Amino acid sequence: MTMTHKLLREGTLLPVLTVVLSIIVIWYAGSIRLNSPQLIDRYEKNGLDWTFAELAFDAWEMERPVLPSPHQVGIELKKTVIDKPFTSKRSLVYHAGITLSSSLLGFALGALLGIGLAVGIVYVSTLDRSLMPWIIASQTIPILALAPMIIVVLGSIGITGLFPKSVISMYLCFFPVVVGMVKGLRSPEPILIDQMRTYSASATQIFFKLRLPSSIPFLFASLKVAVALSVVGAIVAELPTGGQGGLGARLLSGSYYGQITMIWAALIVASLVSASLVAFIGIMERIALRRLNGGQAALG
Amino acid sequence: MSLDTDQNEIVVQVDNLSLEFTTSDGPVHALSDINLDIRSGEFISLIGPSGCGKTTLLRVIADLEAHSAGDIRINGVSPADARRQRAYGYVFQAPALYPWRTVRKNVMLPLEIMGLPHADQQERAARYLEMVNLAGFENKYPWQLSGGMQQRVSIARALSVEPDLLLMDEPFGALDEITRDHLNQQLLDLWRKTGKTVVFVTHSIPEAVFLSTRVVVMSPRPGKIIDVIPCVFDKDRTLDVRETPAFLEVAHRVREGLKAGHSYDDDS
Repeated sequence: MTMTHKLLREGTLLPVLTVVLSIIVIWYAGSIRLNSPQLIDRYEKNGLDWTFAELAFDAWEMERPVLPSPHQVGIELKKTVIDKPFTSKRSLVYHAGITLSSSLLGFALGALLGIGLAVGIVYVSTLDRSLMPWIIASQTIPILALAPMIIVVLGSIGITGLFPKSVISMYLCFFPVVVGMVKGLRSPEPILIDQMRTYSASATQIFFKLRLPSSIPFLFASLKVAVALSVVGAIVAELPTGGQGGLGARLLSGSYYGQITMIWAALIVASLVSASLVAFIGIMERIALRRLNGGQAALG
Repeated sequence: MSLDTDQNEIVVQVDNLSLEFTTSDGPVHALSDINLDIRSGEFISLIGPSGCGKTTLLRVIADLEAHSAGDIRINGVSPADARRQRAYGYVFQAPALYPWRTVRKNVMLPLEIMGLPHADQQERAARYLEMVNLAGFENKYPWQLSGGMQQRVSIARALSVEPDLLLMDEPFGALDEITRDHLNQQLLDLWRKTGKTVVFVTHSIPEAVFLSTRVVVMSPRPGKIIDVIPCVFDKDRTLDVRETPAFLEVAHRVREGLKAGHSYDDDS
């Protein structure tokens, strides 16, 4: 068993490394391609001769590149993540913390809202018919259009700071949770529902002993999607609030000041935050499914 | 022929019972004019081909399906009341165990729902698992058991409610023949020990004749009873009884009944 596991793990390492390496190679090549017009202009203005090697070197070390090279982003990351104290407004950890807290609050609110709506939809057939179309319609509105309005409306009634940003995360999060939970709560086979009927179990007993445990695999699949969306929501929410902090604000000021490297660093930190959240939910999922399968490793 | 249960009180009384399903193709007569009295301590098999309504009849007794005409009484009350009084235990075709519960916790499920004290739940789970020869498997999970063992857990679970009436819907249908023979013998011993009334749905003739005090032969379209055949074998019979002329004679009569119902015709 450990032998096959080891082989599997080694089996995935190589493909992953290959992909990462290819991305870096393509990135460096793209950096030359995108930065060279500017550089060649400059060479010609100054009447300089240049070789391809010099062009490549200059392209990777440009001060205001169109596409910064990977190591430039790396240096920016080191400067803003490791070198600065976490409390500094120039630290990306500080900004990631702001984004993370509103993502997590929004995620929690969205998950609760989603589970609540799903229970309503499964148990009340009127809700099934009346709510579901609106829930789907809610997701057809571009969040970029909606976010500033939510911030403004909530701001005008005196709610500012973390909460309005979380509302936007929540707005994105609840949808996959509703869809997954409705499917999950309806997943027990008819035979199991009939069986509960023969025990003359109450609706509450059927919910807690059968429907809720059966929905757990569906819930976790939804939560993984939702948690990644919550970070997107928080970043989108930080764009209209401008300059108050957070990775979104950082992206915005990067584009104001033409600091492309800063944008890339913020993007990478944002994706690392999302990836760790998804990974964390993944670990919780494995633990939960193992218990749900009576200690047997979950399939897939 | 007379049975020693002839004088017992009637547990299930079915009078002129009919059931129609409405489908998009029009009404389907699942059950038509069923009359059947089942007395305490009997082992009744309902046998017939697919679509003869044997499972439907069992489900009507269990109040999982509503009849459209006629009358049915369980211990003198309606199936719905009987269900609420938890008058019966139901064993489904599939074991229907919860993968996240241990064997013990699976057997305790109906007892939790009944609100029994925890100690009683534990005691009953142990007792009925012992009865189906699964003592020592309490802490295993369903996936660690074979199909036959899983179905025995489900029988223990139905017994743990301590009903006088046991309804079994092809409980051994999905098992191989060797396991099925073994479980038939065990079920017979169990019935002898507990004196419960059993209604057993099957489509195996030897199984029905071996287990039953009476075999009810049904035919489809519409689902009706075409013969009720008493089987009076020695109470201490073993699987060997299936080789005796008396057994083969009853089995033959069941087969003739099934033929008379045109039960093996195509769907044409």
